[in-house]
Order: sequence, then structure tokens, then C-alpha cells
Amino acid sequence: MTSGARAAVTRPRDRFRAWMANHRRVLGETLVGFRRDWGTSLMTWLVLGIALVLPLFLYLLLMNAASISGGFEGKPRISLYLDSGYSAQSGKALAQRLADGNPAELVVYISPEEALAEFQSRSGFGDVLNSLPSNPLPGLIEVTPSDIEPGALRRRASEYESLPGVSMVVMDVAWIERLFALLSLGERLVVALSLVLAVGMLLVIGNTIRLAIENRRAEIEVVKLVGGTDGFVRRPFLYMGLGYGLGGALTAWLLVQISLWFLRGPVELLAQSYQNAYSLQGLGVIETLGVFVASGLLGIIGAALAVNKHLREMDS
Amino acid sequence: MIRFDQVSKRYPGGKDALSRVSFELADGEIAFLTGHSGAGKSTLMKLVIVMERASQGQVFVNGMNVNRVRSGQIPAIRRNIGVVFQNHQLLFDRTVFDNVSLPLLIAGFQHREIGRRVRAALSKVGLADKERVLPITLSGGEQQRVGIARAVVNRPALLLADEPTGNLDPALSQEIMNLFDQFNQVGVSVLIATHDLDLVARMGKRQIVLHDGRLQEGV
Ligand SMILES: Nc1ncnc2c1ncn2[C@@H]1O[C@H](COP(=O)(O)OP(=O)(O)O)[C@@H](O)[C@H]1O
Ligand SMILES: [Mg+2]
Repeated sequence: MTSGARAAVTRPRDRFRAWMANHRRVLGETLVGFRRDWGTSLMTWLVLGIALVLPLFLYLLLMNAASISGGFEGKPRISLYLDSGYSAQSGKALAQRLADGNPAELVVYISPEEALAEFQSRSGFGDVLNSLPSNPLPGLIEVTPSDIEPGALRRRASEYESLPGVSMVVMDVAWIERLFALLSLGERLVVALSLVLAVGMLLVIGNTIRLAIENRRAEIEVVKLVGGTDGFVRRPFLYMGLGYGLGGALTAWLLVQISLWFLRGPVELLAQSYQNAYSLQGLGVIETLGVFVASGLLGIIGAALAVNKHLREMDS
Repeated sequence: MIRFDQVSKRYPGGKDALSRVSFELADGEIAFLTGHSGAGKSTLMKLVIVMERASQGQVFVNGMNVNRVRSGQIPAIRRNIGVVFQNHQLLFDRTVFDNVSLPLLIAGFQHREIGRRVRAALSKVGLADKERVLPITLSGGEQQRVGIARAVVNRPALLLADEPTGNLDPALSQEIMNLFDQFNQVGVSVLIATHDLDLVARMGKRQIVLHDGRLQEGV
């Protein structure tokens, strides 16, 4: 009699199918539950969304700050001043060689004549320069590196200094260093804030799940009594935690989109006044996915902690 | 089916609820567990389903020493035991069908098989037409029978009932007992704790009598 009862569920394929069916059923019940207790659900989502949105705002601020400073001040350029005897032809050849070495980068040769013309138009010393018997400016090569990490820049500069025909290498690295310091400070702030708020989210979700467990205490006891595993008991609550996490992420995402929409107009106006076509950067696909995955995981973990605690208390 | 070997159980900070109890319930046997309130009947049942563990001695269920099992193995043991416990009643926010199908869901049966078995169990206890209703709309006797349907739906080899007729009048009690007798006749081992001595006498089955945690086996 019992062997007959067992045979129906011990074949691996059947067991997998039953397991899947159980997940489907629990998922359905979870959705129904969220709809039934929509007041609590909405509140929880809002609290989680607000907790999530704080580090997101800071992150976006940083990202935009980095890209604005890149756009307005120009990427750092390394200027290689050539020996005065260097011909325009060999200058161009050197620039070509440098460009071939780093195809991704902008390498421009500026001849002494071009340098003079630019200096005249910019400085207002045109007449003085005109009175000189010959052009005092050397030719130069301007490199716009793609890697602007200060250490890499310094290595690059010393590399260029050792090239034959290069008399001087000039670059402005101080503001980049300051920028990098600020950005990495900001990054750490984002990380620290995220960690603190992650703990907060765990507590919020854990507490919400704890209340849900409290409401289903009798059911859990019966489930355990008729042979339900801890996994079976845990499953609905894990789904609930996942639902809270994902809902919180969605709320945060919406808050970010609304804020961006709210700020976009003024920021573009401001940029136009600087003759700049800057538009605010939002969350990319990867970042958005990351927020949902992280928040969903936090939901599951918070729920698991709450259920495991309850199960331990039941057993003792 | 059940074998107790010199089993004692002492709750933390209490006296012995059971002292050196030894008895055996054979496969396919039915027996009544009687004794005054506080004699240790519920404790004995809890040891069988490993809700509690013996302080001393060994408890064997279906040949397995359940005193030694890891907590991960407990669910598998319980799936082979149907229980009708007084303080683990029905879920009142679920339909009769959902209540009875719970053990099958847990055991991983498929949808169609669940429907078939639930209906079979409900018709055995005479509630075939009640599967869609909420337990709260049923009488005490009917609720108790839903509990019994839930206990037998997974076709366990062993059925435990702790005071299954507690709040019922004599006629209904007799009906419930007859139901257990019917399950016993198709091969299920049954152990019923009760203090209804008249009823036990009428049934004329084996009695296991507890007094202050000690065994006084009768008939
Ligand atoms: N969880 C518990 N903690 C402490 N003492 C308990 C517990 N459960 C039962 N007891 C005690 O164990 C004894 C036997 O109780 P029980 O098995 O419930 O008896 P019965 O079911 O025969 O009325 C009683 O003295 C009771 O007070
Ligand atoms: Mg009792």
C-alpha cells in the first residue's frame, strides 16, 4: 500500500515535475497574496525603493560629474614639444608612429606655422610675433590618451620623454588627480551607503516576512506535522521576499526615472548656456539589471534569515 | 510498526512524562492508548513522529530507530504516518480540498493524482460533497472527519490519533472510531489515544494503559 503511494513520486522526472509544479503554485499564491495585502506590499515597496534610491542618486551624480568634467575641460592632453630642427615631415611621421601604436587615441601633429597662427589668434601678441625675424615656436604633437588614470599618464609621459627628437613633454595631471581623488571618494561613499542600506533592507524585509510567518504559524505547524521539509516551508516566504526585493527595485527605478525627467530640462538649458549639448545620463541596462538582481537577492536572503530563525525556534 | 524499548521522556525542568515504557504495536494492529489526563499519552505520540525525542531508551518506527535520525530525515518519516492531533487542527482559511490535499502537495504528487486521492479520501469519510466548502461551515464531527481524511490521504502505513473524539457526543464518537476500525481492516496500523473508556470497552480492542508515565498494559 505504501509502496504504491511512494512510486508515484520517486521517479526523478516526476519529482522534478512535481517540484516545478510546486514552484508555479507558490508563485501564483505569492502574487495573489501581494494583491490581497496590497496596502502592506505597497508600503514595503516604497520603503525599500527609497532606501535603494539614495545610493543610486549618489551614483548618478558621480557618473554625471565625471562625464561633465570630461566633456567641459577636455580629456587631458600630453603635448610633445619637438626639437626645433625637426622637419614637418619627420614630425608627421612620428605622430603617425604614435598613432599606429595606439589606434584608439587621437594624435595630432601641429607644425610650427600652425602653432604660430593659433598663438597669434589667441594671445593678441600678433604684431610682436610678426616683427620677429623667424618663428620661435617648435612643432608639437598632441596626444589625447584614452587611459586617464594618473599613474598611466605619468608612465606615458616618461616614455615620450625618451623618444629622440622630443625636447619636452608637458601635461596637466594635477586636476585629473584631484578629480580622481574626488571620484574615488564618491565611489567609496556609494559603496558605504549601499552596504548600510542593504542591511536596512534586510531588516525591513526580514521583519515583514516575520509578520507573514506569524500569520501563518498554524499552517507551518501543520505542514511540518504532515512531513513538509524546511524547504517546503521556506519556499512561499522566499518568493515573498523576492517579490518585495523586486518591487523595491522597481520603485527605485521609477523614482530615478521621474527625477531624471524632472531635472533633464533645466540641465540641458544650463548646458546650452555654456554652448554645450550635455544631457543627463541615467541608468544603463547593466546597472538597472544589477539593481534588480541585488535587490531581489537581498529580498530572498532577508526572507531566508527570518524563516530559518522561526524554524530553529520551532524545533527547540 | 511501533516498538518502544525502555523509553523515558523528561521535559526540561519537569518530572518524567514517560518512565521506562516498553511496548510493541504490530503491523496492521489497532490499539487504544488510555490513561488519565497528564499520563503521557500525547508525549508518547510525539515521540513516534519525532516532535520530541526520548531522554532514554529507543523508539523504533517501521524498524527505524527514530531517536537517532537527523532532523533532515524527519519529514520522510512523517509522510508515512497519518496524524489526527487535537491541537493541530484544520486551516480555516483554506477549503476542505486544500486542507486534505496538503500532505499530497508536500509529497510531490501530480495535480490529477491529487484530485483523485483527495476525492477518494473524502468519500471514505463521507464528505464527498464538501470539498469546496470552508471547514468553518462544517459541524464538529465533520471537521474531525476532514482531519481524518487529511491523515489517510497519503495512504500511510500508520495512523495516530490523539483524542480524536474529544468534543463529540457519543454517537459521533462511535462513528469516528468505526472509521478508524475500517482503515485498520484494510491493513493500516492504528494507535488512538483517548480517555473515553466506555467507547474503548465497546470497541473491544487492545488497550495500552498509561498511569503517571508508566505502562499498565491490559486486555
Ligand atoms: N512541552 C512540555 N513541557 C513540559 N512538560 C510537559 C510538556 N508537555 C507535556 N508535559 C507534561 O508531561 C506530562 C504528560 O503530558 P501529556 O503527554 O500531554 O499527557 P496526556 O496527553 O496523557 O494528557 C504532564 O505532566 C505534562 O504536564
Ligand atoms: Mg494529551
